[in-house]
Amino acid sequence: MVSPLRDQTQPIRSSPTLQRRKVSEALLAYLFLLPTLFGLLFFSLGPVIAGFLISFTNWNIFLPPQWVGLDNYQTLLTQDLPRKVFSNTLYYTLVNVPLNMTVALGMALLLNLRLRGVSFYRAVYFLPVVSSTVAASLIWTWLYSPNFGPINYFLGEIGIKGPPWLASTTWAMPAVIIMSVWKGFGTNMLIFLAGLQGIPQELIEASMIDGANRWQRFWRITWPLLTPTTFFVLVISCIASFQVFEQVFVMTEGGPAYATSVMGLFIYLNAFRYNNMGYAAAAAYILFALILAITLAQLKLQRRWTHYEL
Amino acid sequence: MDTLRTLNPTPTLTPAAKKRHGQPGPLYWLQRLGLHAIIWVGALAMVLPFLWMISTSLKSQGEAMTYPPVWIPRPALWSNYVDVVQSFPFELFGLNSLKIALLGTLGQLISTSLAAYAFARMKFPGRNVLFVLLLATLMIPSHVTMIPTFLLFNALGWFNTHYPLFVPAWFGGAFGTFLVRQFFQTIPMDYNDAAAIDGAGHFRIFTSIYIPLAKPVLATLSLFTFMNHWNEFLLPVIYLTDQDKMTLTVGLSFFRLQYNTLYHYLMAGTVLSTIPIFVLFVVLQKYFVQGIVMSGLKG
Repeated sequence: MVSPLRDQTQPIRSSPTLQRRKVSEALLAYLFLLPTLFGLLFFSLGPVIAGFLISFTNWNIFLPPQWVGLDNYQTLLTQDLPRKVFSNTLYYTLVNVPLNMTVALGMALLLNLRLRGVSFYRAVYFLPVVSSTVAASLIWTWLYSPNFGPINYFLGEIGIKGPPWLASTTWAMPAVIIMSVWKGFGTNMLIFLAGLQGIPQELIEASMIDGANRWQRFWRITWPLLTPTTFFVLVISCIASFQVFEQVFVMTEGGPAYATSVMGLFIYLNAFRYNNMGYAAAAAYILFALILAITLAQLKLQRRWTHYEL
Repeated sequence: MDTLRTLNPTPTLTPAAKKRHGQPGPLYWLQRLGLHAIIWVGALAMVLPFLWMISTSLKSQGEAMTYPPVWIPRPALWSNYVDVVQSFPFELFGLNSLKIALLGTLGQLISTSLAAYAFARMKFPGRNVLFVLLLATLMIPSHVTMIPTFLLFNALGWFNTHYPLFVPAWFGGAFGTFLVRQFFQTIPMDYNDAAAIDGAGHFRIFTSIYIPLAKPVLATLSLFTFMNHWNEFLLPVIYLTDQDKMTLTVGLSFFRLQYNTLYHYLMAGTVLSTIPIFVLFVVLQKYFVQGIVMSGLKG
């Protein structure tokens, strides 16, 4: 913005001078933005376009790429393994996101009460977020150990025979999800807390005087006013969930029997272990399309359930 | 109804409302106790895995493999840490991580605060389009850009070097630019005007007014960037092959391949890689919270 005062001090200058100042400010702005523009070009938009082109080739890096048209996409959409990988990714997202958000909102509501030591608890709940996913995955692999791990020991104590967790085709994915919720809900909890603290106290007080009970107050006041926050959390959680990679890579490497094979891992393995660059790029593009579609759908649907005005 | 007071406790209650609800009864205290209990159980669930990590790191191999599991190792084998550091160059990994994280953070601070100033305080054609475009990059999965970027860095001869891990941070980023721009917009325009009267240009205003005022938000951004670089896994896995170039995070995963079932050593290594970031968090907790709150609220 050109500052209003500066305009006032020189009100009736000839327009060429003003024009020149505008141009020089624009030039300076682009100079400020030079690193960002460069980054957009070479690390975002350029790679997005290059990746799209690569996805139509058969390329192992060592030999020149061959144009194969839609072959990669056709293989990805018709073969069993990629299909399983897609459905695993959906499974992970559909369970992880609601679970993560429920825990995050529940804990945020609790920590929004003025209890003693709230900031201490907040820090404790946030601890897994700052640890690296690799470290957390190693710890949980050990926690899940069917023979020596404390989880199955605890389950045994209360009379439940614990499953072999990461070694079981049924339980490996739930195990990865439990660990992911533990690791990740702290971020969403803090965002919810900020949203809760933005709700005007007068509204809640007024409803209390009108005799609304706690349940009514949550659903009629807190929840509607929190919907923009909920929407934001939903969108970023879905985007992140579709890309899940590290915990699967460290804990199961996609096993057993591809039970936890997700798109992030599938793309990595094809690109950097099997040198199928074109095939991996096509898979990445399908992931991108999924993320875009879901984000846009959410943007469209949000008008039905979010309230931005009081 | 004593229950009302628990969800939205006392300080905000008007005197009239207080009168209606009277003194807290036993039900009120019971509920408060219940809430504390839930929070405590949750906190325990957060901390126990880390305690288990520390506990295992001090056990002998035999004690790590006993059933039922033991929580307090006897004796505590601090020598596990010595063994681990002697068999794997953790201090070298740590230095590599530190170098990458510091260089990445510096670049991110410079490039995003410059862009944030342009977006917040300068007029130029295409400003809104560019800003939306920048935010839209948040939707691009890293797996899409990963392959072409790899080819680019490979062509530059940067494979098996640290450059691919910190150089991109020097070229802006949506999260950081957004965060700093939000803050810059709260600085009164009067400062710009006063400085402009004194003959200062945008660059002068940026360096001597905006940057000093934005210290808290820059601290937050530094912390997040540092943490992300420190914990980054995918990029070092792709780009680094020599052991002496590895970072702590990826070193740890290689360490696992070597010590597959030796959990006492594995957990000692994990403790070593986790401690620095935990210390940083405990000391600078406030800034972490602010960063998340700011990015979430304005989303």
